[in-house]
Amino acid sequence: MSADHGVGEISLRRARWGHGETAFWLIAVAAIFVFSDRYLILTEMAWLGLFALSLDLILGYAGIVSLGHAAFFGVGAYCAGLLAVHGLVKEPVLALVVAGGAAMVLGFATSFLVIRGSELSQLMVTLGIALLLRELANKFSDITGGFDGLQGIVIDPILGLFAFDIFGKVGFIYCLVVLFVLFLLARLIVHSPFGLSLRAIRNNPLRAAAIGIPVNRRLIAIYTLSAFYAGIAGALFTQTTALASLDVFSFERSADLLLVLVIGGAGYLYGGLIGAVVFRVLQDVFSSWTPQFWQFWIGLVLVLIVLIGRERMYRGVLWLPRLVMRRMAFPGRSAS
Amino acid sequence: MTTLLTILFDGVAYGMLLFVLSSGLAVTLGLMNFVNLAHGAFAMAGGYICAVLVNKSGVPFFVALPMAFIASALIGIVMEQTLYKHLYHRSPLDQVLFTIGLVFMAVTVVDYMMGSSQIFIHLPAMLEGQFNIFGVGVGRYRLMIIVICGLLTLGIQLTLANTRFGSRLRAAVDDPRAASGLGINVPQVFALTFAFGSGLAGLGGALGAEILGLDPYFPLKFMIYFLIVVTVGGSQTITGPFLASLLLGIADVAGKYYVPKLGAFVIYTVMIVILIWRPNGLFGRVAQR
Repeated sequence: MSADHGVGEISLRRARWGHGETAFWLIAVAAIFVFSDRYLILTEMAWLGLFALSLDLILGYAGIVSLGHAAFFGVGAYCAGLLAVHGLVKEPVLALVVAGGAAMVLGFATSFLVIRGSELSQLMVTLGIALLLRELANKFSDITGGFDGLQGIVIDPILGLFAFDIFGKVGFIYCLVVLFVLFLLARLIVHSPFGLSLRAIRNNPLRAAAIGIPVNRRLIAIYTLSAFYAGIAGALFTQTTALASLDVFSFERSADLLLVLVIGGAGYLYGGLIGAVVFRVLQDVFSSWTPQFWQFWIGLVLVLIVLIGRERMYRGVLWLPRLVMRRMAFPGRSAS
Repeated sequence: MTTLLTILFDGVAYGMLLFVLSSGLAVTLGLMNFVNLAHGAFAMAGGYICAVLVNKSGVPFFVALPMAFIASALIGIVMEQTLYKHLYHRSPLDQVLFTIGLVFMAVTVVDYMMGSSQIFIHLPAMLEGQFNIFGVGVGRYRLMIIVICGLLTLGIQLTLANTRFGSRLRAAVDDPRAASGLGINVPQVFALTFAFGSGLAGLGGALGAEILGLDPYFPLKFMIYFLIVVTVGGSQTITGPFLASLLLGIADVAGKYYVPKLGAFVIYTVMIVILIWRPNGLFGRVAQR
């Protein structure tokens, strides 16, 4: 091991597709057949995972904290809903891209406000933007349907071939495919030199600027991309549930999203997806205990995670898998 | 003209109430850089304690108010010593997650115990209705709020400016390290201030139940207002948040009266503009750190 095996080598090795990843996606595909009676919850996991992935791009890779990521989710959701209601773009995949684009435009416009200032003002500005949009959606209730939400959303068959069925099977496969494609893209991006430069910025913006990384431009780029992802997640939500109400902009949605990402862990892309699965299962369990008060347990989980410490929690959770991996890698040696 | 004055009067009452509610947060944020999104939960606690005392136990309103203050302050100090204390040096993200968790728990606990509908505190007859001064309608209750909150503000200002505790607190806000080097027990100062701020929030919650409405979602609904007061006012002085509260109160009341379709929208826009224009708050000094 000489110094020649530098950062490039390590990051190349990290970028390689691992067995674990293959297993993850195989399990996801297997879910289509195994949990054939739970498509609705699986679909929810898929778009929530994509939404969390979009937050991971800015939080885990660029270190931008957001309390109002629901803004982009909401724009995507309303955009997809309006396109379907008014029959502007009938084809779901195309509508998805348009909705993502709309969120992306908003992301680009607001990125200039967000990347300025300290973490606290980032929190405030992102929160403010989401609240602002919620207020707007409420005021223009003749367009958005206000508190009742958009009425009469009917989604056409995907690519004109696959109609959404009543069990949600097509919806889930559709979400899964979109998630996979966007995941691959995100994976490509974070392992590219661009992605590495983002991590440099996250770790030390001053030093990153000193070695010639255009910090602000990179942050704007990733924020815009993240908004695109969140918009698509919102559009998937609307297309699979035929719903779009003020609730898409709510603070709780942004807060839950942070929890999703924290459960899964930020900064390695799978965190959001794993977090979405765990969060949704937890939510299901909690609401079967106390139907009205499941939020209490969600709150408790948040408090406990912070008190235990995120780092320590991951170490605890990963202790067994790591042990197994090490045993498999070096069968003769005991893991010390 | 008279409507204008009435709006101004209501706005001032609202603003003063906001100040009492959020002054504790200004200190938490300014002193320890702790992002306490759960501040509203203390206000809610005060409001509900007052409501239970007045409505269920028949305690007179003016006796219940200080009890709400004391109870919230006690909750505050217990929380500070058991939970908050350990999180001062964590990242803002951790603090945000933690306090959001607390808010969720507070909301559901209150919902579970008291029901989800809005509750009202039975006010003594002398506080109801309004009277006219030169043709301007003055609500008795709002007048009382202005008097109480005005006195409190004066008290806070005097405490900060003239007492030994006040100078310790200011020293700790300006530079915690140097302050502790001078022998000031910064954690103790902070614990006391936290308790006092929670107490004020509880008092504000009790006073504001009539105007702001009290239901389990209070901490979430008004979180943004508290944050606006603190971020716009800056957290280094107490006059900054005070002026910001008055501004916000008057703007909110006037906005709801004149442009009801845009009310909250205007406020959020103004907040974002101010945050961009002056990241340290409208009345804040430029950060030295």
